[in-house]
Amino acid sequence: MSLLDIRRVSKNFGSLVAVRDVSMTVESGELRAVIGPNGAGKTTFFNLISGLFRPSAGSIAFDGEDVTGVPAHRRVARGMARTFQITEIFPEISVLENVRISAEVAAGYRLRPWLGRRAAAEIRQRVEKILGLTGLVAKADRLVGELSHGDQRAAEIAMALALRPRLLLLDEPTAGMGDQETYEIAALIRRLHRDNKYTIVLIEHDMRVVFNLADRITVLDQGRLLAEGPPAAIAQNPAVQAAYLGEAA
Amino acid sequence: MRRSEILRGRLILLAIWAVLIGAPYWMPAIGGYTALGTRVLVLGLAAMSLNFLLGFTGVLSFGHAAYFGLGAYGAGLTLKLLAASTPLALLLGTLLGGIAGALLGALIVRRRGVYFAMVTIAFGQVFYFIAFRWNALTGGDDGLRGFARQPLHLGPVTIDILNNAEAFYYFVLACFAVVTAVMAFLLRSPFGHTLLAIRENERRARFLGIPVERHIWLAFTLSCFFISLAGALYAMLNNFADPRGLHYALSGDLVIMAVMGGMRSFWGPLLGAVVFVVLQDYLSSITTNWQSFIGLLFVLVVMFFPRGLLGFLQRRKAAA
Repeated sequence: MSLLDIRRVSKNFGSLVAVRDVSMTVESGELRAVIGPNGAGKTTFFNLISGLFRPSAGSIAFDGEDVTGVPAHRRVARGMARTFQITEIFPEISVLENVRISAEVAAGYRLRPWLGRRAAAEIRQRVEKILGLTGLVAKADRLVGELSHGDQRAAEIAMALALRPRLLLLDEPTAGMGDQETYEIAALIRRLHRDNKYTIVLIEHDMRVVFNLADRITVLDQGRLLAEGPPAAIAQNPAVQAAYLGEAA
Repeated sequence: MRRSEILRGRLILLAIWAVLIGAPYWMPAIGGYTALGTRVLVLGLAAMSLNFLLGFTGVLSFGHAAYFGLGAYGAGLTLKLLAASTPLALLLGTLLGGIAGALLGALIVRRRGVYFAMVTIAFGQVFYFIAFRWNALTGGDDGLRGFARQPLHLGPVTIDILNNAEAFYYFVLACFAVVTAVMAFLLRSPFGHTLLAIRENERRARFLGIPVERHIWLAFTLSCFFISLAGALYAMLNNFADPRGLHYALSGDLVIMAVMGGMRSFWGPLLGAVVFVVLQDYLSSITTNWQSFIGLLFVLVVMFFPRGLLGFLQRRKAAA
């Protein structure tokens, strides 16, 4: 059984069809990239997966359960965590506090007026582990709002990881970054996938990032599924080349 | 956090409590009097209660005087009509304001920003007019009179907080200590952390799976309980309660104290209350236009120290 099973979803905004009849399945442990030229419907498709939008037609199952009508904040509790294209963080508190809030909420402690010693120690360990994983240990006490763009994005990924996701959804993780930052975030994503076995679906505009990272690639064009396959096959696919050349021209 | 910062925090805390505990002894030396210190504590507690919501949940209530005033009337009416007991007056006053806050809060929490502030003012004014008009119960514009705080009976010991101003100061300080301890404790808990998350970025908080409205309601309700306890103490300080204790002008004063002192710092509103109450006491004996001077000071603070007086002091230390 696939971890994520999307069957023939569509999304209309009035008469505009942003996503039309797209199916996609993601296996546990997979790193899947969704790409496409501008206006291909990537972001809409992503919002359907994370639950921000409800599909006009079709169904979405997560871990064998139908989640089509489950709103985004409830999908979090089921193990889907997402990051945002425009970095959404808690700017005026420290990196550590950002991650800790996530970890506490994920552990079901959001209404606790106090924590026992053992629970507090578990949260601390979990936060330290995630800070280590995302390379933020040295910046743990800095305010997130004062970090570089790349570190802010890493902090957001850290917050998502603290939610103990079984599926990590990354919305254009390298958007607006320079080469060095892009390289660092790509390395982080690769670590999470290879070393820590996270299942990841990411939307990306930067083709270089995608071809080096993904196990499989899904290509959307004008709201439709254009192609799907391993990076080598996608790179050779004439329809994909045409779609991207069309954009470049 | 670095060890030196923790040490510094503890020293500051120690200094604050030393100043508060010693107040009845050092205040007369600089021209103060004990009842002024008590007034600072009570209004400081009210401003800190408001700031639990404003500074740590990121929600501005402009009608918090309503719950302050309800606490005052609740305590006054208990002493006048029910029983001559200070603890009972404190308890019933706090319950009256807190429960009213819980009920109205449920209607208010779906609003945001200016709309939230407007609705809190509107509900606050409802209570003001009730107190103003209901002469038979509240004494109307003349205020509620004919009650007095009662000596405390602790087993064999009796503490005369009625006639001994110092004893009453320490009683208020004890209440102040308990409430601020509860606030500090809550703000360090996972629940407190969710409030910070809501203040920082409501949309993101929602995407962590925090039911934002429910948590704002809880923060609002807690803040109303805290401030109505302050209101009950206020009634007992003056042995008097009047409709101005419910009016939105007082809500505005409390917001000024919180912002002037520094709403991002825990103790900021207390410092704001010190400045406000002491200036008011001093200036109002010189000129009837004392409010102009406080207004001017407020404008200057907001322009030059946007993080408030305490925020400014902390920033400078951090930079040094």
